[in-house]
Amino acid sequence: MPTTMRINGKAFQSSSAPNARLLDVLRNECDLKGTKEGCGEGECGACAVLVNGKLVNSCLVPLGQMEQAEITTVEGLPEDSALARAFVQCGATQCGICTPGMMLAATALLMEHANPTLEEIRWGLSGNLCRCTGYGRIYAAIAQAAGGSADV
Amino acid sequence: MSLTLVKQRTDQQTASPRRVDGVAKIRGTALYVDDLPCADVLHGATVRTTEAGGTLQEVVFDPAIDWSEFVVVTARDIPGMNAVKLLENDQVVLVDRAFRHAGEAVVLLAHADPEKLRMALNGVSLVELPNTAPIFDIDAALAAQHEIIPGNIYTDYLLDRGDVAEGEHLADVVIEERFLTPSQEQLYIEPQGMLAHLQKDGSILVEGSMQCPYYVLDALVQCMGMDKDHLRVVQSTTGGAFGGKEDYPSVIACHAALLALKAGGRSVKLVYERGEDLRVTPKRHPSRTLIRLGANKAGELQFIDMDFAIDGGAYRTLSPVVLSRGVIHAPGPYKCPHIRVRGRAVATNHPPFGAFRGFGAPQSIFAMEVAMDRLARKLAMDPAELRRINLLRTGDVNPTGDVVGADCFAHAALDVALEHTHYYHRLAEYRAWNAAGHQTRKGIGLATFVHGAGFTGNGELHLASRVSLQALANGHVEILCSNTEMGQGAATTLVQIAADALGLPMDRVHLAQTDTSRVPNSGPTVASRTCMVVGDLIQKAAGQLLQRLRETAALAVSHDAQSFAAACTRLCAAAGDALVTAQYQPPADMRWDEQAFLGRAYASYAWAAYIAEVEVDVLTLATRVLDFTAVQEIGNAVHPVIVQGQIEGGVAQGIGYALYEDVLWNERGVMANDRLTNYIIPTSADLGFIHVVLLEGGLGAGPKGAKGVGELPMDGPAPAIVNAIQQALDIDIRQIPVRPEMLLELTVSGGN
Ligand code: FES
Ligand code: FES
Repeated sequence: MPTTMRINGKAFQSSSAPNARLLDVLRNECDLKGTKEGCGEGECGACAVLVNGKLVNSCLVPLGQMEQAEITTVEGLPEDSALARAFVQCGATQCGICTPGMMLAATALLMEHANPTLEEIRWGLSGNLCRCTGYGRIYAAIAQAAGGSADV
Repeated sequence: MSLTLVKQRTDQQTASPRRVDGVAKIRGTALYVDDLPCADVLHGATVRTTEAGGTLQEVVFDPAIDWSEFVVVTARDIPGMNAVKLLENDQVVLVDRAFRHAGEAVVLLAHADPEKLRMALNGVSLVELPNTAPIFDIDAALAAQHEIIPGNIYTDYLLDRGDVAEGEHLADVVIEERFLTPSQEQLYIEPQGMLAHLQKDGSILVEGSMQCPYYVLDALVQCMGMDKDHLRVVQSTTGGAFGGKEDYPSVIACHAALLALKAGGRSVKLVYERGEDLRVTPKRHPSRTLIRLGANKAGELQFIDMDFAIDGGAYRTLSPVVLSRGVIHAPGPYKCPHIRVRGRAVATNHPPFGAFRGFGAPQSIFAMEVAMDRLARKLAMDPAELRRINLLRTGDVNPTGDVVGADCFAHAALDVALEHTHYYHRLAEYRAWNAAGHQTRKGIGLATFVHGAGFTGNGELHLASRVSLQALANGHVEILCSNTEMGQGAATTLVQIAADALGLPMDRVHLAQTDTSRVPNSGPTVASRTCMVVGDLIQKAAGQLLQRLRETAALAVSHDAQSFAAACTRLCAAAGDALVTAQYQPPADMRWDEQAFLGRAYASYAWAAYIAEVEVDVLTLATRVLDFTAVQEIGNAVHPVIVQGQIEGGVAQGIGYALYEDVLWNERGVMANDRLTNYIIPTSADLGFIHVVLLEGGLGAGPKGAKGVGELPMDGPAPAIVNAIQQALDIDIRQIPVRPEMLLELTVSGGN
């Protein structure tokens, strides 16, 4: 039986097997290549997307659980936002492979805490690995996007 | 000499234009190898040896599988030479008979359906006659009871200046230690991969994740037996590399190309899963160092005597070059009349070790810097004071016998670091805290070091890098070079340098895609050389272009983007040559004796002092980094935000090296913790802000005095952290990573 969901605001139906990974459905069926595979076992967060507003690793999510789900990938985030601008300005992206997942983690974090403390930012990103930045510029970008100072 | 603190120089963000690749990466539109559009692609997979060396007797294909559905490649299908092109041709592309480690490629398979491919992988069995006495330890290799190569030594170097016996005579205090450092995985978040296409004209195009497109091209020429004109290598957006994508991409590219050649025109994608990437690709060389230091009562170093050995793994690959950097950096930024460093790269049955940020220097600097603290303790001297007494100054002779010029900021870096961290105040505070018997112990530790940028010695001379600038009729300029953006910011920095030199806004300058059919060979993207060496060539080429436009297209001496564009239009309309090329010329005073290890080893050295503050829980023995300060003199910060990001990222990797990251080996010499669940790198939960203080002395060999930055932040964190933990717990540490289990052993045996 096909699975029906909304991806980035648009209805989408997939007839892949219910145990297909959401990650593969997004990348191969929807051609949404912004969702990356870094480990395939739920450890790196490169494949993170929002499902009904919650951050999940799409490599661990079977398609069968997505019936009627509202899914947001990096392509579904606003092209221009305080967060996107802050990420560019503060140097929060280097190689960029973790960046889509980080953008979604940051979005989920800011939905929960409009003005996060450093501790909240650190916990909010703790499921997303970045090997390039040491996280400092990402913390700064999120703080700046939340209206705080990036000079940290 | 004048020194500027970057933050005071300008507002950081105005000096730091937006990254040219920022928007695409943030929106998820940048295409990495696994994202490249490709119709009708076949997926590739690799069957590998399982024994730690031996002989391949037979390859058995399960008759239950219809192999005609698959593309199958073995050593017999290699049209050229079955050897991976590197320093030496000792490593095969595909095993035919003899092999030296578990995980060597034997058979390549491709199929459109990844599921079927996975099943077919299990349908190929190898009959291997195993090597019965594999070697996995450096000292066992040196004992050479079983030989992988003669004596099990790839390279044996000796830096021998002065006379250590004489130094021993003059020393009042001597310490002796043995240090071990583990392997470390680069752990770029994008696994390695290549996509190969056989073109209609019989040529082959390979695209993928890599640092060095010309290394890959040369490897393809040799393995495919084709000339350069029929091979093309294009770098796709690269999701981190850190040295890990320096040599191994050549292997994957050859494999993908061999499959494509046999696939009848269908493209073949060979992208590793994380586990395979961890098990087979090269990592940092493990090391073992025996060190003796001697000083007089005043604390002045009298001799440094080191026996530095690294595990090169089963093939030579880059080990000699890693070793030479390790040897040269071993004695640190200190003045000492008698220095002997013997360096050996040994052969074992591990997969070959390779490049990783720092390239041999973090290993030897770790030994030296922890030994310096040992010496300070024996002298009853503060570790910062011991360093102050010995750090090089202008006019001193450095460890390779070169007289230190004006570009020397060792003392400045240390002074700023001590001041910035309130070092002496903290030291007293932590001592009082520890004496009060709290649940935790605290310590503050430092490392002072120097890192040479660019290829060692005559390396740049041999490379003879070339960079071109192409003026377009619309007044835009393209940079043609083979250096790759892999996250470190090269694309932005190089454009910035060119725009600056040409007097143009950055949006008029573009970095051409690294495609070997278009760009000249400007050398590999390694050794912190891109900004300094290639940036300097871009500046020279810009000068040539301006001159040509002035001489042949009436460009005024002072111009703006508009008049520049008009001149470009005239030049192109007159069919004038709008391409200029600059080639590397070594600095006049660059003399290096690679036999004796004497002379000027690097065009520029960057100076640093790093300070770590740690807290160790007495019950769990878990260590937390409370604060980390990196003071770094880098000549000129071309793009302060990128430089800061480089240093923070490198420090984070160094913290991982010190505290968490440990490659564990199974009995066949394969990485046993081959998953992100058990190979632990720092997460945001582990890392707070890392304080970076940039100093600019303006005397480096790069644009406006810039020096290389990429590798140096890897050198300092491990010794600084270990020194801090030793102080907190009053113990001696000889090995990293410092995990609670190890501390338990040390504190129990120490009677604490
Ligand atoms: S790929 Fe899903 S968490 Fe790493
Ligand atoms: S930017 Fe490279 S992994 Fe985060």
